[in-house]
Amino acid sequence: MTLTNPAPMPAQDVCMSLQDVTISYGKFEAVKNVFMDIPKGQVTAFIGPSGCGKSTVLRGLNRMNDLIPGCSLRGRVVFDGTDIYAPNVDPVEVRRRIGMVFQKPNPFPKTIYENIAFGARINGYKGDMDELVERSLRKAAVWDECKDKLKESGLALSGGQQQRLCIARAIATEPEVILMDEPCSALDPISTLKIEETMHELKRSYTIIIVTHNMQQAVRVADMTAFYNAEAVEGGTGKVGYLVEFAETERIFNAPSQQATQDYVTGRFG
Amino acid sequence: MTTDSSPPQLNADAFTLRRRPPSEKLVDTGFRQLSLALASVVAVVLLGIFLVVFTGAREAIATFGLSFITTSAWDPVNESYGAFVAIYGTLVTSLLSLLIAVPLGVGTAILITEDVLPKLVRDATGLMVELLAAIPSVVLGLWAIFVMEPTIRPALDLLHSLLGWTPLFNTIPKGPGMAPAILILVVMILPIITAISRDALNQVPEELRQGAYGVGTTRWGAIFSVILPAAVSAITGGVMLALGRAMGETMAVTMIIGNSNNFSTSLLAPGNTIASMLANQFGEADGIQVSALMYAALILMVLTLVVNIFAKWIVRRLSLRY
Repeated sequence: MTLTNPAPMPAQDVCMSLQDVTISYGKFEAVKNVFMDIPKGQVTAFIGPSGCGKSTVLRGLNRMNDLIPGCSLRGRVVFDGTDIYAPNVDPVEVRRRIGMVFQKPNPFPKTIYENIAFGARINGYKGDMDELVERSLRKAAVWDECKDKLKESGLALSGGQQQRLCIARAIATEPEVILMDEPCSALDPISTLKIEETMHELKRSYTIIIVTHNMQQAVRVADMTAFYNAEAVEGGTGKVGYLVEFAETERIFNAPSQQATQDYVTGRFG
Repeated sequence: MTTDSSPPQLNADAFTLRRRPPSEKLVDTGFRQLSLALASVVAVVLLGIFLVVFTGAREAIATFGLSFITTSAWDPVNESYGAFVAIYGTLVTSLLSLLIAVPLGVGTAILITEDVLPKLVRDATGLMVELLAAIPSVVLGLWAIFVMEPTIRPALDLLHSLLGWTPLFNTIPKGPGMAPAILILVVMILPIITAISRDALNQVPEELRQGAYGVGTTRWGAIFSVILPAAVSAITGGVMLALGRAMGETMAVTMIIGNSNNFSTSLLAPGNTIASMLANQFGEADGIQVSALMYAALILMVLTLVVNIFAKWIVRRLSLRY
């Protein structure tokens, strides 16, 4: 079985480059030997069965895994010419340039206004805060619902609105990349649709990397798709994830080069 | 997939308890009544204590009225009593000890819950705080008399010589007094504040923490701007409980506060609290002095009750939905 498929990349700017990345929890390898060049200004989707390490890789891209005790990464993750895991790199600075939207909506227990302003302030924003709050909420397509209750708690919004508030919060710090970890998994179809529209809007200004369990969503929003799978290893206790194939979404869903990809996207497993 | 083409056979007779027998329903009712009876024991005991204390205090309430709270005479010979010194001492010692213990306790809780230090150190710290709660207060009182007070005396002397011109430090420290009582109270309420703050911080959802780091906060930023505000209601509740505890604390305070009924604004002078006054005088009191002590006890109960109600109110006010 071929482990990785060096994707034939069209001539594009590379935003983030993963070079032989292996992420382990303690001694257990969650995902190994990932090579990929994520293009700039596009939406890249990570798909694959549960436990294949796609979320782990995503969280490795802005060093969120640092917060998990025992989690370590080997290899290089190059962003803007530097390896973000180099010893002299401050993870806080990495996260200020690479924002994140989480699986469960997690607005801060503050007002809607403060939810947006908080991130901007700690990033040293010197401009007009009211204007930034409005612009961010508009970009996240949640301004109309929020404009009359900016002083109310972010927790008073519905689940879908909370998630768009979290997207607005991520946008407000004007990161270069936005990572989204199954942003719609807790939402109803209508909220999901709104967030997907938001993503189409956002990719004009940002590089978006999204993990999703919903293959239709990948087809709808992603320009590029990476398929991850997991396999049992000899002598190991669990399964280890690996990147099967990374190509244009079109190709992954219509003419994948790997049989495993073909099986997964057509719904035939195992 | 099943290949059997015949419809699945219902087998209802195999389940014998689809209808519950009357005896089982009776057990349900009985259990409910039993729970009610057990729960009402607490209410009856509380009410009983209140009634006894109130009845005992009636004579003193009739004799001294509200001036009991504002006067400070405690004169068994002339049968004239006022609890001002004790009430003042109760409030001052408990509030000042809170002022010291809250930053210490919340700080310790942050240290235990955040991964600033290795897990071993954090666990050891948590364990030590819990062990602190297990020390009997009479032991702490002994320690305060023989170890703590002589040790901090030079510091108190220094306070007097530097700040002796303020009313708070204008007496020479001579041993037992308000200041060592406040410090021993800090030791006694620290575990409660730490334990409740630790639980509150642990209950802050992990997603919130990650969200804070996700927008690029530093550890400080995450703790002070997101995690502490999210936990503030429970922490406040714990602080209020600690205040109640500090107001009612008896043994250690009695041993170190000096039990003087002469009013002094100085923290270095001996003083009194309601609890220590009760503990000291019940043995030899009779007549209206008993009633006066009951009156003081009633005031203490009302104070702690108010604090507890206030705590509940604050927790409800500040609590957040997730």
